[in-house]
Amino acid sequence: MKRRFVETIALALLRGTALAVLLATALLLGSIVKGGLGVITWEFLATEPTQGMTHGGIFPAIFGTVCITLLMIVMALPLGVCAAIYMVEYAGNSALARVIRASVNNLAGVPSIVFGLFGVGFFILFLGRSIDRVRGGGLLFGQPAMLWAAATLAVLVLPVIIVNTAEALNAVPRSHREASFALGATRWQTVSRVVLPQARAGILTGSILSISRGAGETAPILFTGCAYFLPRLPIAHLGIPFTGLSLPMVNPLDQFMELSYHIFIMATQSTDATLTRPIQYGTTLVLVALTFLLNLAAISLRVRYRRGLEAR
Amino acid sequence: MSSENALTPRPAPAPAIRTRSRRSRFGEALIETLLRLNGFIAIAAISLIFVFLFKEGIQAFRTIPASHFIQSQELDFDNVPQTVRLWQPVGQNPKYSLLPLFLGSFLVALPATLVATLFGVACGVYLAEVAGKRTREIVKPAIELLAGVPSVVIGFFCLATLATLLQNLLHTTFRLNAMVGALGVSLVIVPVIATMTDDALRAVPGFLREGAHALGANNWETITRVVIPAGASGLVAAILLGMCRALGETMIVLMATGNAAQVTLNPFDSVRTMTATIAAELGSVPQGGEQYRALFLVGALLFTLTFIINLVAELAVARMRRRLAL
Repeated sequence: MKRRFVETIALALLRGTALAVLLATALLLGSIVKGGLGVITWEFLATEPTQGMTHGGIFPAIFGTVCITLLMIVMALPLGVCAAIYMVEYAGNSALARVIRASVNNLAGVPSIVFGLFGVGFFILFLGRSIDRVRGGGLLFGQPAMLWAAATLAVLVLPVIIVNTAEALNAVPRSHREASFALGATRWQTVSRVVLPQARAGILTGSILSISRGAGETAPILFTGCAYFLPRLPIAHLGIPFTGLSLPMVNPLDQFMELSYHIFIMATQSTDATLTRPIQYGTTLVLVALTFLLNLAAISLRVRYRRGLEAR
Repeated sequence: MSSENALTPRPAPAPAIRTRSRRSRFGEALIETLLRLNGFIAIAAISLIFVFLFKEGIQAFRTIPASHFIQSQELDFDNVPQTVRLWQPVGQNPKYSLLPLFLGSFLVALPATLVATLFGVACGVYLAEVAGKRTREIVKPAIELLAGVPSVVIGFFCLATLATLLQNLLHTTFRLNAMVGALGVSLVIVPVIATMTDDALRAVPGFLREGAHALGANNWETITRVVIPAGASGLVAAILLGMCRALGETMIVLMATGNAAQVTLNPFDSVRTMTATIAAELGSVPQGGEQYRALFLVGALLFTLTFIINLVAELAVARMRRRLAL
């Protein structure tokens, strides 16, 4: 009788705790939705800040976030996926594979601000200034810029992408590879026609999750390219020779505004943090919505993918 | 840890007979070389961090005596030398005591880990052992959504909502203090601990549970006396990795702990962590100066600390695998 009683109480406590965590999540998101929903209008999303950042919208920050995320994807995704393919399908248990494996595992726990430190020290001050010295003619690369911020984020998400891709590749049964080899296929034919098609959904899921992590990070880009306020978008007009036309292009050597940085700076260091609270809530809601869309896409993709694997 | 699982090698056997044409063999070699090059680039980028951080950090010792990282002497108004433990890198007589930063980091990380362990482990046990399949499919993604919230958002929530709530509740002296930061950080690491606990417990083979039930144990007794002891190393790893994240969390502590570098053990004081110090000061330091190097030293310390915790956690997971013979 007593045992039964203890069990009932204990299990109820476990349920209660899980519920409490869900409630905390709901409180967190609820407070942001409540504060931000009223602020979000078309104008808020599509215009730039005015009157000393106390009015207006956040369009430059959205634009900057999208740009830097895309740039980060270009830098990190192919590299990470290919490195994972090499490690799982080719390297086996070689020394290189073991070193990558160990460092990748440990890098996942390195604080993001350390990546920021690395970005400033290596990309801007070392790499950028070196390029400038070789190039001559003043400071161009050796200063905070979208290029370096994206590179820093790329280094941050690289190990995450590698781990997730490796997981997806390992989920493909080994017997499929063996069958392909038995039919006389080479290793690359096996990888490209047997393994990758099956692992595609898993790789995609992992990549989306990694990207959403990168898109929400603030600490690594604090000093590598974010600006408090820029009166113009980081766009340069690239002249097309002989036509007299110019093509607007995102300029990766420019600084940029970014959503998460915008939240941080508006909440802690703007001229009047209380007055601009609604803007802060609105910006936060936009950022949360953005990362949630990515996360939801990944989670639903994974549920479908798992079902597919189980059905097989 | 799932990552270790993913990265353990599973080499497929090489094709036994080579009957390819020369052209396709060349293509194979090219692709393999390219992929290997890729691996090298990835590892180079990763190891650069390590090398660079320590190279810059160690240079701090060239101009700052090692003892000054703990305490230094300063003349007070009556010209009497006083021992001070301060982090004041700007000024005529800069001070670089790491003590307040260390204490700050742990005053946030320890309570955060404690709270998150309580909730995270309970959540993980619930997910793995109690929840039905349907509930699980709702609760687990919800917890993962919490893990996907950017830390700056949680920092903002602490700053705007939680700090006021806590002050009205406890009447603390400082609105922004270590405890507000700790509660915020625990929101980040609850999902980490919960999912890892869930993974660890689900790795415990089913026949152990069945054996316990057959001996007459009820669900709760099975959980506490069979499943949790079997997965204990996994739980330790989960908690350690949670603590690792807590020590490395930057935006939340930067926004919510008040950022006053002081030697204190009171979790309701304003504190400044190692991460927040880097984040707050890196923007304004001249390259190659004393403070710049001191910040890299803090970064290198942080790196070492999290590296060690990670390593211990990994060993714990490896131990569990061996014991369960997985």
